[in-house]
Amino acid sequence: MNSVLKIILQRLALGLLTLFIVSIVIFTAVNMLPGDFAQAILGQSATPEAVEAIRKDLGLDKGPVTRYFEWLGGALRGDLGNSFAQANFASFVGDDSGVRTSVAQQIAPRFANTMFLAGVTAAIAVPFAVTLGILAALYRNSVFDRVANISTLTSISSPEFFMAYVLILFLAVLNPILPSLSNIYDGMSFGERLEKTLLPALTLTLVVTAHMMRMTRAAIINLLASPYIEMARLKGIKPMRVIVRHALPNALAPIINVIALNLAYLITGVVVVEVVFVYPGIGQLFVDSVKIRDIPVVQACCLIFAAAYILLNLLADILSILSNPRLRHPK
Amino acid sequence: MSDTGELLVEMRGIHMEGRSDETWNPIIKGVDLTLNKGEVLGLIGESGAGKSTLGLAAMGFTRDGVRISQGSVMFDGIDLLAASADQKRALLGKRIAYVAQSAAASFNPAHKLIDQHSEAPVQHGVMSRTESEQDGMELYRKLRLPNPEQIGFRYPHQVSGGQLQRAMTAMAMSCRPDLIIFDEPTTALDVTTQIEVLASIRDIVEQFGTAAIYITHDLAVVAQMADRIKVLLKGDEVEEAETREMLSNPQQDYTKSLWAVREFQRPQKPAVLTDATPVISVQGVTAAYGKVDVLHDVSFDIHEGRTVAVVGESGSGKSTTARCITGLLPPRLGQIELDGQVLPLDYRKRNKDQLRQVQMIYQMADTALNPRTRIGDIIGRPVQFYGGLTGKDKRKRVEELLDQIELPAAQYFDRLPSELSGGQKQRIGIARALAAEPKFIICDEVTSALDQLVAEGILRLLARLQDDLKLSYMFITHDLATVRSIADEVVVMKDGVVVEQGPKTDMFKPPHHAYTDLLLSSVPEMDPDWLTNLLTERGVDNIGDAAVDKMT
Repeated sequence: MNSVLKIILQRLALGLLTLFIVSIVIFTAVNMLPGDFAQAILGQSATPEAVEAIRKDLGLDKGPVTRYFEWLGGALRGDLGNSFAQANFASFVGDDSGVRTSVAQQIAPRFANTMFLAGVTAAIAVPFAVTLGILAALYRNSVFDRVANISTLTSISSPEFFMAYVLILFLAVLNPILPSLSNIYDGMSFGERLEKTLLPALTLTLVVTAHMMRMTRAAIINLLASPYIEMARLKGIKPMRVIVRHALPNALAPIINVIALNLAYLITGVVVVEVVFVYPGIGQLFVDSVKIRDIPVVQACCLIFAAAYILLNLLADILSILSNPRLRHPK
Repeated sequence: MSDTGELLVEMRGIHMEGRSDETWNPIIKGVDLTLNKGEVLGLIGESGAGKSTLGLAAMGFTRDGVRISQGSVMFDGIDLLAASADQKRALLGKRIAYVAQSAAASFNPAHKLIDQHSEAPVQHGVMSRTESEQDGMELYRKLRLPNPEQIGFRYPHQVSGGQLQRAMTAMAMSCRPDLIIFDEPTTALDVTTQIEVLASIRDIVEQFGTAAIYITHDLAVVAQMADRIKVLLKGDEVEEAETREMLSNPQQDYTKSLWAVREFQRPQKPAVLTDATPVISVQGVTAAYGKVDVLHDVSFDIHEGRTVAVVGESGSGKSTTARCITGLLPPRLGQIELDGQVLPLDYRKRNKDQLRQVQMIYQMADTALNPRTRIGDIIGRPVQFYGGLTGKDKRKRVEELLDQIELPAAQYFDRLPSELSGGQKQRIGIARALAAEPKFIICDEVTSALDQLVAEGILRLLARLQDDLKLSYMFITHDLATVRSIADEVVVMKDGVVVEQGPKTDMFKPPHHAYTDLLLSSVPEMDPDWLTNLLTERGVDNIGDAAVDKMT
């Protein structure tokens, strides 16, 4: 078990290093965006003095290196700074209430919503895709296999908003089973939330199933020529059991990796679906913040996205290591 | 061996075809096979003779891309070719079992041995899980596996090759089948391990009166195991007879030629002068992979025009020594001399001339040749790199080399490796080594992937080239028959240490080092009573791993 622990610690350290490098990239990239917040908020009639005052107030007049380390130091303490857009510039007219919304306060509910949507989608999509992949491998080259392949490919090839509208048409307009708007808010019961989230989750399921299903199928079929599968067949084991018990455990590593990639996508890349269903997730907040150059929010979102990617890939790595009996049970 | 005269398997006029490039080509061309209950039939032939294909067909099973085009397979009155998939599945594992060539590949790496053992009995409803596990331990004990109560709870990678092969035999026995197909069960094993597995298999097959089809390319092995032997050649039956009769009085020329293979023997060359400078001198080499030493103080010399055979089982450090000499693995201690000059330990620090003097021929010619490069280019590259020849001169030199390895240049120059047979590929490997015009060539198990007749051709070629070009060979092998035929001197290795070395004639005469003795006595002989005699003489605890363990 020691060697596994060592590998995991190594991966963790590497993950942290990656996150650090990513933070530099994020900071640099965000600061290279043309225009700045002061100009964006004051508009065309801004006087140079007013721009300067706001810049100073927000600390934008300091050098980029200083700002980076201030931001990083804050982020390490869990303080992601204050949102520019929510800041109260009333102080310029002598009426500063002193209340500013922190980025964390602003992001937290949105992030929770995004995780909820991702969680519901994963709960539907992962079992669905893996089962479909196993069945496709079992009945490979049959009509079922082809239909499964073609339909998942079709759904992944169509734009997300299109799939969303198709689902709205069929499940909300023609057969009003589910609500077409997913405007969830605090104080809703879990059931209500789930009902409102179901349609975007189904849309996303259609988007992510193809990868996972095809990888499951391919990873299993890849193993079917191996001697231990032949052995299982020659022991008179039923085809379904051959695949689930003999092929699947050895095919887990690539499947886990593809699942992790798709889960990361569910957290970071679902802005279009959020917009279509008016779902208050982090993606919308992110896009809005970019529009008005709300740098602290943009940076925080980027950092969360990066962390999600790294964490999920790390988890996939660790799980695929654990799926290998050679590492779990050394000689 | 407990033949009851009652018919179990009857295959009539079997024709089988394999699919390649959109056409069906014949693999088996009309073979009949009958097997009585409790009888052991040996199926023998070269690779590609269709032994395994026929063996699997006796189970009503074909691999992907293979089909039975004609004929019938009756198992105990059941027509296996007409039976439905479900009917066949009910027989497989329960009444007909299979033991594969590589147990390491045929056990599922994700499950414990005992779980795989009890799977068939449980799925077929023969025994409950607990009963089957108990029975498995009993079988492990009968097959003399160490720690029979615990070994089943290990994963396949935690158990040695010979033990795995016995565990697989136990697994085949789990439902007490009427028939077991043994498909080259000992080919992948070392000689000392092989003998132990052979003894266990024979013992258990006899105890349960199981009928068996024993597939192998090794005559001496089949002589120990089978009541009857059937010889196959390229999908045709050559002949079939009782084991003793087949050995003493083979009828067909092909069968006779199989017997004759082991007769190629080169006389040992006279000893070299004591003050002669060896071509290669390995001096006190200790080498490690990571932090673990795998070679300990290895020393031996190889003289001009001589062949030194390095013998030992897998893991004994033979190939590691070769890697040290070529500089691929710089030794931790010690040095390598070429013609009395110390060679830099790392190949990257050697100059072109030092590099050219040491060449290598590999075991798997299949993987050692670039499949996308034509023969002319494969051999042409070292010609250009070391000889600096280009254009017409290069082509001429390549043609000379092809001539030397007895492949007509006009025919082979533009071919791809995939268009050659195994033996021809190995010849290309030899030509590539010769292209550098070296003094010294390392032959790493060059014949062990080849059939006996082809291997003999390669050995003869190497012997001729040695005489013509005054080459020195380091011949790595685990096959003592090869040693007997080609070596001048022998170095015996075990666990990274040289246990014994000397001229060939001395090595094959007693007294030996105990380990050499064990190696020599473990090589099966053509005598069908050899195994029985050896077991009576030495006892079951003095063969195989048990005997090796006693030595250390």
